[in-house]
Amino acid sequence: MKTLNDLRQPGQRGEILDVTGDDAVAVRLMEMGLTEGAEIELVGFAPLGDPIEFLIRGYRLSLRKAEAARVAIEVL
Amino acid sequence: MTSAPSPTAGPITVAVIGNPNTGKSTLFTALTGIHSRIGNYPGVTVEKKIAKFQFNDREIRLVDLPGTYSLSPRSLDEMVSVEVLLGRQAEVGKIDVVVCIADASNLERNLYLTSQILDLGLPTVLVLNMWDVAVSRGVTIEAEALSKKLGIRVVPCEAHRHRQIDDVKRAILSAAGQSVISPPRVFPPEFYEEGLRLQSILKGWGDPDVPFYVAERMLLDVGGQVETSFTARFPAQLPDELNCARERLKANGFRVPSAEAKARYAWVRETLTGVLTTPAERPATRSDRLDQWLTHRTWGLLAFAFIMFAVFQSISTFASPLMSYCEMGQQAVGEFVGSWMAPGPFRSLVVDGVIAGVGGILIFLPQICFLFLFIALLEDCGYMARAAFLMDKLMTKVGLSGKSFVPLMSSFACAIPGIMATRTIENRRDRMVTILVAPLMSCSARFPVYTLMIVAFIPNIKWLSGWISLHGILFFGMTFLGAAIAIPIAWLFKKTLFRGETPPFVMELPGYKWPSPHIVLNRVYDRARAFVARAGTLIFATSILIWAASYFPADHSRQYQIEDQIDQMRATVQSELSQQAELEAAQKALPESDAAERTVLDQKLADLQPRLEPLNKLIEEKNAISEHLLETSYLGRVGKTIEPVVKPLGWDWRIGVGVLASFPAREVIVSTLGTIYSLGGDVDESHTGLHHALQNSKWQDGRPVYTIPVALSIMVFFALCAQCVSTLMVIRRETNSWKWSLFTFAYMTALAYIGALATFQIGTWITAV
Repeated sequence: MKTLNDLRQPGQRGEILDVTGDDAVAVRLMEMGLTEGAEIELVGFAPLGDPIEFLIRGYRLSLRKAEAARVAIEVL
Repeated sequence: MTSAPSPTAGPITVAVIGNPNTGKSTLFTALTGIHSRIGNYPGVTVEKKIAKFQFNDREIRLVDLPGTYSLSPRSLDEMVSVEVLLGRQAEVGKIDVVVCIADASNLERNLYLTSQILDLGLPTVLVLNMWDVAVSRGVTIEAEALSKKLGIRVVPCEAHRHRQIDDVKRAILSAAGQSVISPPRVFPPEFYEEGLRLQSILKGWGDPDVPFYVAERMLLDVGGQVETSFTARFPAQLPDELNCARERLKANGFRVPSAEAKARYAWVRETLTGVLTTPAERPATRSDRLDQWLTHRTWGLLAFAFIMFAVFQSISTFASPLMSYCEMGQQAVGEFVGSWMAPGPFRSLVVDGVIAGVGGILIFLPQICFLFLFIALLEDCGYMARAAFLMDKLMTKVGLSGKSFVPLMSSFACAIPGIMATRTIENRRDRMVTILVAPLMSCSARFPVYTLMIVAFIPNIKWLSGWISLHGILFFGMTFLGAAIAIPIAWLFKKTLFRGETPPFVMELPGYKWPSPHIVLNRVYDRARAFVARAGTLIFATSILIWAASYFPADHSRQYQIEDQIDQMRATVQSELSQQAELEAAQKALPESDAAERTVLDQKLADLQPRLEPLNKLIEEKNAISEHLLETSYLGRVGKTIEPVVKPLGWDWRIGVGVLASFPAREVIVSTLGTIYSLGGDVDESHTGLHHALQNSKWQDGRPVYTIPVALSIMVFFALCAQCVSTLMVIRRETNSWKWSLFTFAYMTALAYIGALATFQIGTWITAV
């Protein structure tokens, strides 16, 4: 299964399949629009490679690798 | 939808809510002007902000709620918004209208919160703010169609340009005439059945007034605040009921908690079909191009370092002179008022207690205002999120997040605005740890102490032809000592007091915009006012208390006699005094090389001395008496009593008194030492007389009190201690509890004591070897 961490190049896109887990982090990610079927694009990495910046539902969102690993995607 | 005006013409109470970065505060001020009442909701750290305005002869009361992405409370703080909206917050009362503000250029995610708001069933106005940004991005929204679909009023608006503000007011007024709205059915019918069922179960248990939205949150938020508080009331029955209800929902294909976001976003998509059109390719905006530089691996960090440097540079350029004006002003006012009053306890109270106390508050203001100006600018233009993004990895090593960086950085100038700036950290544990370690950062009030000790006791050895000096190294070391200690302390707090899983770093990077001067200045004004009005009174009270402890119970009559004589004497030798001042000024202005002129001036000064001799004698006597009075005062007695406690740090009772007296603010130790060493209280850290007095201070057996280890131990103590009432008061204000002020004081004092003890003992051991 691929996750958001498998997007390596800025501009690369994926379609979200699922967010793993039922905890507060998972809920928070879904509230921010990371739900099944949404398209997400990698924008870039912070200086030390973490966090990562994405484009989703028309806005920019930054996530740490730890959170990105919980978002299952299909690379487009 | 009926829009008949309400028959009752009382004030309309309106709650304003929206996602962060939607221009909520801009709209709030555009609607109400700058005057708002600010306070705290009881028991939580959420700020209560209420303002009023008149429109069409109706009074409208606006309640600002914290910006949020969703209305599913996970903590008591987040619960406040729900309680206010449901009219269950006594200090606010019933809500007549909800204004939900959304970013028009980012409508899809913003409507998530809107869909939760609609579930409350209250008359709602949806404000589509930043309409111009949406237009410039090629986004079109059919506001009319959206209004029809949602069954509420939808108003496009450009709050920062003050456009369509009256449309918003009109919409509020007409929504106020509505009784309720019927929320869209976002979830499958089974869910609503479970909600009603839960409501009736709770009714059976004796709670008949549970609103449907509360039942909804209880079902949807696993481990959320609603579930927690109700479980506390019905610990035996509720967990089972909830589990069964969730299991039944799951069997119907509605899996809690993930189903909510899926259902709401599906509803949002469906609602926006035919309403919202976006260009197929998102055009690269100016904001995106700027971000390519500002979040770049190399350039981004350089830009960040440059911005931080510029902030500190401008504080030292603009705020420091203002601070010395404050100091000079305080002295001038003190002298002026003093000259109108006869020496006596009342004059002492006014000059040394009241005026010094007020001065002690005002002196922080320039720094607080400047730092807050920069913080507000960085926040309002959208850069703050980038700073957090750039610094996050570094801060996670300490157990904090990138959002703690700027507050901690600001604390290097002054912890007060730093602590106030922690409001942007939404995770409570992160915010608390940041508040608790912020006072460890070396603020500007520590500098006088370092200067006094370093210049008086440390030989200034220079290496590499003056590029590196021992003084420089020590200043640098002392400045970063607190920060270095803060790392393990923050880590420890995260592991003990604020244990829990790492909060997610899910942060929006909003588009850049020009900061609005109105909003920025308003925020600075708010913070400055909060500091003066709420912390100020307590800081003032503490200053009076310390004054009283150092004044009573000694007999001051001899001191006043001499002060009287001094005042008279000054009048007779006024011309000599002004001559002396002129000569000294001329001498200062003289270049080093002009030895001939210097001797001339020295001679002239010496000629004046015989005439000034009696005055100087009197001043000396007065200083000696002041020293004695301080020694026999309550403060002095306490200092002597605690001498055994401070002796292991290498200190005598005088230093102990200095530390006690500097409880209101660290720099006070300098003037207290001045009084103790018979030099009067108006000395500063570069006063050579004070340096000599310290160097010549002896124990009873003739050993000097101040050795290098003692000087270092004092510096380490002041680097780590919490001798700053203002900081403690601001901690109380921001955490809404005395507990954390006391805790900060206790842990920092313990840390300072241990640090000073280790420094002195190790230092003595090294010098002995």
